[in-house]
Amino acid sequence: MASLKDLRARIGSVKSTRKITSAMKMVAAAKLRRAETRAAAARPYADAMRRMLAEVARSVAGEGGQPALLTGTGQDKVHLLVPMSSDRGLAGAFNSNINRTTRNLVLKLQAEGKTVKILPVGRKTYDFLSRDFSDLIIGHRHLAAGKEIPFSAAAELGEQISSLLEKGEFDVCTLVYNRFRNVMTQTPTEMQLIPLALPENDNADSAQVAAYEFEPDEGALLSSLLPRNLQVQIYATMLETAAGENGARMTAMDNATRNAGKAIDRLTLKYNRTRQTNITNELIEIISGAQAV
Amino acid sequence: MSIKVKIVSPEKVLFAHDADMAVMPGAEGDIAAMPEHAPLMLTLRGGVVDIYEGDAVAHRFFVAGGFADIAPSHCTILADRATKLEDLSVDDAEARLAGLEKSYEEADKMNVPALDILMDKMQSARAEIEAAQSAIPGMSL
Repeated sequence: MASLKDLRARIGSVKSTRKITSAMKMVAAAKLRRAETRAAAARPYADAMRRMLAEVARSVAGEGGQPALLTGTGQDKVHLLVPMSSDRGLAGAFNSNINRTTRNLVLKLQAEGKTVKILPVGRKTYDFLSRDFSDLIIGHRHLAAGKEIPFSAAAELGEQISSLLEKGEFDVCTLVYNRFRNVMTQTPTEMQLIPLALPENDNADSAQVAAYEFEPDEGALLSSLLPRNLQVQIYATMLETAAGENGARMTAMDNATRNAGKAIDRLTLKYNRTRQTNITNELIEIISGAQAV
Repeated sequence: MSIKVKIVSPEKVLFAHDADMAVMPGAEGDIAAMPEHAPLMLTLRGGVVDIYEGDAVAHRFFVAGGFADIAPSHCTILADRATKLEDLSVDDAEARLAGLEKSYEEADKMNVPALDILMDKMQSARAEIEAAQSAIPGMSL
C-alpha cells in the first residue's frame, strides 16, 4: 500500500497537470475566437471569387483549350496528395485523423495502380508520413506555428502546385484537411483541387441582368482567375485548419482537466482512508499496550 | 442613385460603402463604375482606386492588381493587396522595385510567361511609388 507521503506527492503532481491543461484550454479558446474571426473576414473575397469564376466559366463552357488548372491533364495516373495538419500536437485526434485518412487514401490509390506523390503541409503530418512513405514525399511546408497565417503562405503553396502541374508532375491534386463543423467536431475531408470541381453559380440576380462582358477576353481572364482561386481555396482550408486545431485542443484539454479532477478526488479519498487506517492502527496499539501493563 | 462599392483583399474587407462613382485601373485602361453600368468583369493592374461621393474623391486606395466585378447596382474589387493611400510607404515600394528589377535582370529571357509576371509586378511597384508620393501631405485629397 502506498504511503501517505507517496499519495501526497501524486495528488500534487496531478494538481499541477490540471493547472496546465486548464491554462491550455483557455489559451486555445482565445486563439479559436481569433481564428474564427479571421476565417469570417476572409469569406467575402472567396465568395466574390467563386461568383466571378462561375460566371466566366459558364461563358467559356464547351470551348476547347481550357487551362489545365480547370480541366486537369486529362489523365488519371499520378495523384498529388496535400494533407494539411497542424504544427503542434496535444489536440486530440485532430492530426491523427488526417494522418489515417491520408494513409488509407495512399494505400487505396496504390492498390488501383496509380502513382502517388505527397506534399504534406504542417509538421505533424510530415513527421508521420515521412516514416511510412518517405519515398513519396516531394517536399513539405509548415504552417506558421502558433502565429497567424498570412495569405502569402497560401499563395506560395498555390504557386508551387501550379508550377508542378505545368511541369506535368501530376494529373490529379487532392487536399486532405479537417473541415471545421463546430468546436467539438472536425471531419477529415478530401477536396479535389485539380481538376477543379466548378462551383455552382449562386449569383442571385444573374438571371435578370444581361450577360457579362469581359476585359480582357474570357480565356485570359479565366487563366488569371484560376491560380488565384487555387490560392484562395488553400488559404480558406489553412484558416479552417487553424480554427479546427484550436477547437480540437480546447475539447481535448477540457476532457483532460475533467479527468485530472476525477483522479484528484479518487486519490484524496484514498489518502484520507489511509490516514484514518493509520490512526486506528496506532490507537489499537496504544490501547493494547495499556491493557498489557 | 448610388452603387455599393466593395474593396476586398484575401484577408479582409477593406471598404464597403455606397458611392457615386469608383474609378479603377483596368489592365487595359482606367474604368469608372457608375450606377447602371453594364455588367463587366475585368483584370486590374497596379494603381489607385478613386471613390467619388458627389463630385469629390472621398476615398483613395492603392491596389496591387486583382479583379473587378461591375454590375448595375454594385462594384466589387478583388485586390491582391490593397492599402489606403496615406498608409503607403515610398521606401518599401522602392525596395521592392529594386528587388524585382534585379530578379528581372537575372531571369531567363526565354521564359516569356515568367517575364510577363515580373513585368506586371514591376509595373505595380512603380505605380505604388507614384501613388505613395502623391499622398504625401500638402496634396489635397
